[in-house]
Amino acid sequence: MNADIIIHVESLTKKFGDFVAVDNISFDVRKGEIFGFLGANGAGKTTAIRMLSGLLQPSGGKASVMGYDVYTQSEKIKAGIGYMSQRFSLYDDLTVIENMKFYGGIYGLSKNDLNHKIQEVIGILKIDEFKNQLVKSLPLGWKQKLAFSISILHNPALVFLDEPTGGVDPVTRREFWELIMNSAHQGTTIFVTTHYMDEAEYCNTVSIMVDGRIDAMNTPQELKKQFNSQDIHSIFVNLARQSTRKEFE
Amino acid sequence: MGQFWIFVRKEMWHILRDKQTLFVLLGMPISQILIFGFALSNEVKNSKIAILDHSKDLTTQQLIKRIESSKYFEITDYLSHSSEIEESFKKGDIKLAIIFSPDFEKNLYHSHEASVQFIADGTDPNVGTTLVNYGSAIIRDYQDELLGEKKLPYQIKPEVRMIYNEQLNASYNFVPGVMAMVLLLVCSLMTSVAIVREKELGTMEVLLASPLNPFFVVISKSIPYLFISIFNILSILFLSYFILEVPIRGSVFLLIAESILFIITSLSLGLFVSSIAKTQTSAMFGTLIGLFMPTLMFSGFMFPIDNMPVPMQILSNIIPSKWFFIIVKSIMIKGLGYMSIWKETLILVLFTILMIFISVKKFNKRLDIE
Amino acid sequence: MATISIQCQHIKKSYTLKKNKIIALDDINLEVYKSEIFGLIGPDGAGKTSLIRILASLILPDSGSAKVEECDVIHDFEKLRTKIGYMPGRFSLYQDLTVQENLEFFASVFNTTVQDNYHLINDIYKQIEVFKFRTAGALSGGMKQKLALCCALIHSPSILFLDEPTTGVDAVSRIEFWEMLTELKRKGMTIFVSTPYMDEASLCDRIALMQSGKILSVSSPSQVKQQYSGTLWSLQSIHMYHLMQALKKWSRVDSAFSFGESIHVGISEQNISEIEIKNYLLQNGISEINIQRIEPTVEDCFMQLMDKN
Repeated sequence: MNADIIIHVESLTKKFGDFVAVDNISFDVRKGEIFGFLGANGAGKTTAIRMLSGLLQPSGGKASVMGYDVYTQSEKIKAGIGYMSQRFSLYDDLTVIENMKFYGGIYGLSKNDLNHKIQEVIGILKIDEFKNQLVKSLPLGWKQKLAFSISILHNPALVFLDEPTGGVDPVTRREFWELIMNSAHQGTTIFVTTHYMDEAEYCNTVSIMVDGRIDAMNTPQELKKQFNSQDIHSIFVNLARQSTRKEFE
Repeated sequence: MGQFWIFVRKEMWHILRDKQTLFVLLGMPISQILIFGFALSNEVKNSKIAILDHSKDLTTQQLIKRIESSKYFEITDYLSHSSEIEESFKKGDIKLAIIFSPDFEKNLYHSHEASVQFIADGTDPNVGTTLVNYGSAIIRDYQDELLGEKKLPYQIKPEVRMIYNEQLNASYNFVPGVMAMVLLLVCSLMTSVAIVREKELGTMEVLLASPLNPFFVVISKSIPYLFISIFNILSILFLSYFILEVPIRGSVFLLIAESILFIITSLSLGLFVSSIAKTQTSAMFGTLIGLFMPTLMFSGFMFPIDNMPVPMQILSNIIPSKWFFIIVKSIMIKGLGYMSIWKETLILVLFTILMIFISVKKFNKRLDIE
Repeated sequence: MATISIQCQHIKKSYTLKKNKIIALDDINLEVYKSEIFGLIGPDGAGKTSLIRILASLILPDSGSAKVEECDVIHDFEKLRTKIGYMPGRFSLYQDLTVQENLEFFASVFNTTVQDNYHLINDIYKQIEVFKFRTAGALSGGMKQKLALCCALIHSPSILFLDEPTTGVDAVSRIEFWEMLTELKRKGMTIFVSTPYMDEASLCDRIALMQSGKILSVSSPSQVKQQYSGTLWSLQSIHMYHLMQALKKWSRVDSAFSFGESIHVGISEQNISEIEIKNYLLQNGISEINIQRIEPTVEDCFMQLMDKN
C-alpha cells in the first residue's frame, strides 16, 4: 500500500437488518490532508465514521486506518486517533485545565509532556485568564476550539471531527478553521463533517454521501468543474435531492 | 372524550409502551408477596423434626402419631439419647426436637403433671416460633380431649426453649408492610419520575407555552398509577388471603378504601417530589431515600417502633407509611372497624391535603431555569 | 405602517453561574410586524433562546416590558399562550408516541382537533403522513422537524416562535423547511425564527443580528447590506495562505476573512482601486490573483458589526 495513504477503504458496507446504511463505499485519504465528509442527515456519515474509528464492525468490505485493520485492530485505531464531536466533547463541570489533564491522562501522556502541552494550548488559544474557569462558562466557540486542541493533545496522526462548528459565530468559526489548517500543515490528517458548505471549500478533498453511497468525490475545484457549478452548496443540494431514502436516521 | 381523559389516555400509552417497566410494576407486588410469603410458609410445612421419647408409653405414642399426621411436621429422626439432639441440629436436618420426659403417662395420670420439651432452631425466628406454636397446639388439643373425656384436671405443660436466637419477631407483619412499600414505590416514584421526565425531555416547555394549566398535566399523570396501584392492592390481598392464608378479619371494603386513601397520599408525595426535582435521577433518589428508606425503618414493618429511642419514635410520626401500616394491621389482623382507626385515617387525610397544597404552591407556571 | 405583532422595550435578563453574572439579554428593543418572517440571527450564546422564551412567556425578564399580540408577556400570559405556537430548540415531542398520537395530543392541549385546522398543516403533514403509525423517536431529523412544526401549528396560532429549527439539519432539509415557512407567511402567519446560519437571513423579511445579548442591527437583509461601511473585495490566489498573511499586515485592510475558496477583504476607503490592491500584493510577491469588488453577504455585515461592538 502507498505510504502516503492513511485511510484506505474498499467496498465498505454496513447493513442493519435489511437496511443498507453504508453501501459499498471506497476511498483513500492521504496523510496530512483535510478530508471533507459531507452528506444529508441519514446519508450514512455517522455509521461510516463509527466503522473507521473502530466503534462498529462493518458488514463487508475492507478498511484500514493508519495501517490497522478495522475488523481486528480496532483497539490500536482507537488509541491512535483523535475524536471530537459537536455533541460530546468536554466536561462542563470541570475547569479548562482539569479537562486537559483528564484527556491527557486517558491517552497516557507523561506528566512533563502534559504540562508542556497544556502551556502550548493555553498559548495558542490565548486562554490564560480562563484556564481555571469551568468549561460551562465559556462561549461555545471557545469550547469548540478547546475541544479540538484536546483531541490532538496526544499528537494523533488522524483526527475525526463531527460537525465541529455547528452554532459557532462566524469569526470564531474561521479561527477554528485556522486551527484545523495549522494542524494539517504540521502533518495531522483531518477527517471532518460539516453542514456549512463554505467550509467544504477549505478541504483538500470533498466527498458527498447520498443514501449510503459516495456520489461525488474530488477536490473542490474539480467538483465545481465536473458539476459545472458555482459552489459546493449547489452541488450538495442537487445530489442530496436525488435521495430516495426517507426512512432512517 | 374530555380533554382530561385524552391526557390520561396519553399517559396510559406511555406506560403500556414501556413493557419492561410495566412488567416490573405489575409483577413486583406479586413477587414480593411470594418471596416474603414462601420464605415463611414453605418451611413451616413438612418441617423435619426429631422425637426423643424417654417414656415410650401409650400417651406419647398417641401424641407422636398426631404430630406425624400433621401437615406441618415430618418426623425424620427417632432419637434414643439427649446427646443426639445437638448432633441432629448441627447436621442441619431438623428444625425442631420434641422431648417427652420419662414416665410421661404415669406422671400425667398420677401427679397430673407431665412435661414435654420443644427445642427449636431459632436462626429463622419466624419458623422457630411458628413450629413451636403448632406443636403446642397439637398437645393442647390432645389435652382438651382428655379433659372432655375424663373431666379431670390433667395438665401437660409444654416447656419451650429457643436455641440460637432468644428474641423473636411476629409474623403477619409483612403483608401490610409490602402493601405500604409497593404503593409508595409505584405511586411516588413512578409519578415523580414521569413528571420530571417531561421537564427533562423539554415537552413541559411546549406544554407551558400552551393555555393549558400545566398542573392539569401533572394530575392526569397520576391517574394511571392510581389504577395500577388498585390492581396491585387487589393482587396482594388475593395472594395473601388465598395462598399465604393471611386472614382478613375486618371489612374488605374498609381495607380497600383505606388503601386508596394511602395511594392518594403516595401520589401527593410524588407530586411534591416532582415539584422540587429537576432531573429524573434526583426524583428517583429523592423518593428512594426520602420516602422508601423511612418506610422500611420507621413504619414498624421491619423494626418495632416501641424499641426505638424517643427521638426516633417522634420522627416516625411524620412517616405516612407508619399510619397506613397500623390501619392495615388493625383491619386485617385484629379485625377492628372504622371507629378504632379514624385517628390514623385523619392523619393521612391531613397529610395528603398538605402535600397537594405545597405542590400546587410550588408548581411553576414558567420554566425553572437557574 | 404595518400592524405590530411584537413590541419589546428595554428587556434585560441575566443569570448567575457560580457567582459569575452572565448577561443573557442587554436592553433589547424590537418591533415585529404582522405577517412577516422575522429572523433572529446570531451564534450560540447570543441570547436568542432567552429572548424567545421571554416573548413566549416561559421566563420572566429582569426588567423591561414586552407585548405579543397585544398581550403583556408578564401579566396576560394566560391569554398570550392561546395565541402563540412554540417550537423549542430541542426536539420536544413524545418519542414513544406515534406521529398521529403526538399530533392529536397537541390538538387536545389546545382544545381543538386535527380536523379543525387541517388546512394549515395539510402541506406539511402529507409529507410525513406515510409514517403516521411510526413513533416519533424513529423519525429522521428532517421528519421530526416537520412533525414538530405541525404540532406547533395545530391550534392555528397568530404567531409562531421557532427556536433554531434548522440547527443540525442538512442543507436540503433546511431549504425545505424555509419553503414551508414562506408558505405559512403567505397564509398570514407571523413568524419569529432564530438561526445561527447567516445564509438563512436572506429568506427573512427583516432580521435582527444578535451577539452577546445585544442586538447589533434590525432591518431588512438588503438594508443590512447597504449599511456595510467601506468596500468589500473578493480575492483568490493559488497561494491562499500567503495571500491571507499579506493582507493581514496591510494597514489599509480592516478585515480579511476566508469565505470558502476566496478571501473577503474589507477596506474602509471608498475610492480604493483594484490596481492599488494588486500593486500592494505584487510588492509582497503575490502575482497571480483574481480580484473582484463584491456586495457584502449578511455574514460579512455580521462580522463587521461584531467588530464595531
